[in-house]
Amino acid sequence: MLYKNPYNNYFDYVVQRDLDKCIRCKACVAQCSYGANFYDADRDVIYSTDANCVGCMRCSTFCPTDCIRIVRNPDTFRPNANWKDNNMKDLYKQAGTGGIIITGMGNDKPYTNYWEHMVIDACQVTNPSIDPLREPMELRTFLGRKPDRIEIDKKGDMTTKLAPQLVLETPIMFSAMSYGSINYNVCESVARAAKELGTYWNTGEGGLPKTLYQYGERTIVQCASGRFGVSPEYLGAGAAIEIKIGQGAKPGIGGHLPGEKVLEGISETRMIPVGTDAISPAPHHDIYSIEDLKQLIYALKEATHYEKPVSVKIAAVHNVAAIASGIARAGADIIAIDGFRGGTGAAPKAIRDNVGIPIEVAIAAVDERLRQEGIRNAVSLVAAGGFRSSSDVIKAIALGADAVYIATSALMSLGCTLCQQCHRGRCAWGITTNDPELAKRVNPEIGAERLVNLIQAWSNEIKEMLGLMGINCIESLKGNRDRLRGVGLSEVELTALGIQQAGM
Amino acid sequence: MGIKPSTPYGKDHGGCGLVGILDRAGRPVSGDMIVSSLCSMKERGNGLGSGYAVYGAYPQFRESFGVHVMYNDAAARGTVEALLKSKLELVHAEPVPVRKIHAIADPPEFWRYFVNPPAPVIEQGEDALDDLIVGTVMDINERIEGAYVVSSGKDLAVFKGVGHPDAIAEFFRMQDYAGHLLLGHTRFPTNTPGWWGGAHPFTILDWSIVHNGEISSYGTNRRYVEMFGYKCTLLTDTEVVAYLLDLLIRKKGLPLPAAAAVLAPPFWKDILQMEPAKRDYYTALRVSYANATLNGPFAILMGFSNGILGLNDRIKLRPLVVGRKGDLVAIASEESAIREVIPEPEDVWAPKAGEPIILTLKEGAPH
Repeated sequence: MLYKNPYNNYFDYVVQRDLDKCIRCKACVAQCSYGANFYDADRDVIYSTDANCVGCMRCSTFCPTDCIRIVRNPDTFRPNANWKDNNMKDLYKQAGTGGIIITGMGNDKPYTNYWEHMVIDACQVTNPSIDPLREPMELRTFLGRKPDRIEIDKKGDMTTKLAPQLVLETPIMFSAMSYGSINYNVCESVARAAKELGTYWNTGEGGLPKTLYQYGERTIVQCASGRFGVSPEYLGAGAAIEIKIGQGAKPGIGGHLPGEKVLEGISETRMIPVGTDAISPAPHHDIYSIEDLKQLIYALKEATHYEKPVSVKIAAVHNVAAIASGIARAGADIIAIDGFRGGTGAAPKAIRDNVGIPIEVAIAAVDERLRQEGIRNAVSLVAAGGFRSSSDVIKAIALGADAVYIATSALMSLGCTLCQQCHRGRCAWGITTNDPELAKRVNPEIGAERLVNLIQAWSNEIKEMLGLMGINCIESLKGNRDRLRGVGLSEVELTALGIQQAGM
Repeated sequence: MGIKPSTPYGKDHGGCGLVGILDRAGRPVSGDMIVSSLCSMKERGNGLGSGYAVYGAYPQFRESFGVHVMYNDAAARGTVEALLKSKLELVHAEPVPVRKIHAIADPPEFWRYFVNPPAPVIEQGEDALDDLIVGTVMDINERIEGAYVVSSGKDLAVFKGVGHPDAIAEFFRMQDYAGHLLLGHTRFPTNTPGWWGGAHPFTILDWSIVHNGEISSYGTNRRYVEMFGYKCTLLTDTEVVAYLLDLLIRKKGLPLPAAAAVLAPPFWKDILQMEPAKRDYYTALRVSYANATLNGPFAILMGFSNGILGLNDRIKLRPLVVGRKGDLVAIASEESAIREVIPEPEDVWAPKAGEPIILTLKEGAPH
């Protein structure tokens, strides 16, 4: 059968080049890591292979004469409300390859975004707002198990000792991204930023390169189902340990690091051969039920002499509240919940876009459930999965989170444009690639500075918003759903979020 | 008739005036004194709520819990009395004596009950006994339509309602009462008008609270106390303060200064400069009871049979002044209110933001 795959023609982007403005500097050719731009020396013209373009904007950003426009391919299929472009293209791809479609970053489908349907309260007259430029405004956050009560003896001395806590100067941490899925320079950027900001970064499931042990006191080391890079030294190096059960972008399945990305340093850190796919199992094969999780939690606590809080990260799924309750009772000090808009370095597209629930409703449900059971204070709750701004963070805390994890936003501050090609290891922005030439595009010093800028900007916005609510410490916002109102939500959605309709 | 507002969640807004008078030697202070002091601050109220607490009001029943109940609906009385009798031993019941006056239109009905816990509960100790009273109060407030418990402490009388402080005093015949500790409050609400249950003081067991301010952390605080079985039913944020103090002091066993440090904790910048033992102490309090921190502007007086606590928010967004002469102490929103009862005080001072003022009866003082 003579057959040409329609996908070959119906590619996503077209690179338009204004040849009057083009000076043939070939920057676009050098910058494109996907081979979309090439120079024809005979004609002295730069052309593009549009089918290779991923829409990452690297070439147009670096074009000194601003002669490039990346536009959506106007050549489309016949419009069909049922069969959308991406349905058709994915189908053709699969018919051609027989493969599962892999993609990167988070769910990009137009599900309701509840952050955009919640508004924040402010003080007027009866209650003065507080000006953060003139009054102290406290964002310091403690994550870890809190005692049921503090004993004070007859002399007035405290006899209770606090369980180990993570101390954050701002309620924002960097979420798990493994070394390998992102390169060393990105890991170092994030680690340096965490240290400077007084927050934490998370190794993800890829281990911790020895040269980054110096950031250990600001590091959360992850222990996932593949146990990549897990050793006594590794567990001892961090400030806390996180057991990764699930990830918002791909609940119910394990991690995927394509062999193309497993180079020398990654191989050494993960303790696997160069070039092998690092596919961690879907479940932990020593955790088939909640009591097994409890054993792992306590095994890790034993291994680290009960000096570090243990976090358990799960994906937000339908029954998340009951699961979180079980995790709290199994001895976790922190529960991280990852919503379905969370990013990934590689995940089957069908799973990324269809499995899990939004973090907004998950955090509301978990916080409420733990309160009903009277165990909310026993654990800290960290929300993750799609935080785009300080206002998303504030709303999550008002719904009941103690802190949030961000990762996509962090990568964007390093240049990521959400082109969703992380799994290919050819990231033109030098982030999700281990190619030394490409990885050089991220400079850890500049990267750290940009991450610090971002978090400081958000923190200042959070302070402003706390001030306008008449609140001068972040703990008075936690679970304070009275300060939120819903706009444009159904009654059942309001109930799920535990908030009131605006105007009431 | 005081109609409970229809808003499904309630939070008080507005300014207020408050005063507390304590005789540290335990001598009774006449009800007239607190009335004249409070009335000197009429400017701070708008006639939509005033109230008084009198500690030492019922010497003849001092070993019994005195339960004051407000009835918006006369039909509720039978249900309340049946509930009280089913859980407790009823020693005495009577309507609260009132004077019908023009300034108080259509008041609800008030009754007071003196009750003793049944012997098996007494044997279980004080905590079980207090839990029984608290549980009964929560039951009435939450489950019995048209009935609200105004106070439930021993030897404690609380009178409150919709009206200016002089009118409420006349209505409840404040001149007939005296006690070693008196609290008064006049209210300037911007919502919940006409709701008698919304007037201060708010009480639970021995604690009574008067409050000027607005609690911005209300949602956090309310959801915290709800975890321990308290139910906020009176549609005002002050109620939650009473429950927080009961929780921290009675259930969590914190001494009063520690409880004050939880409600208005020192700033981290100050905690970090403390010597290590003190730093650990304040850190542990803040970290463990973060949900009990009160945010927003407030001046609070909390009465208990042995004394009074005065507390401001962490940046002192509401006034609070203390005056003293001999054993007589007064804490109020305005110095004028203090001078009304202590014309020539030996000391008058304004406590610092977040600094608790704790004044107790002298050792051996009768009360």
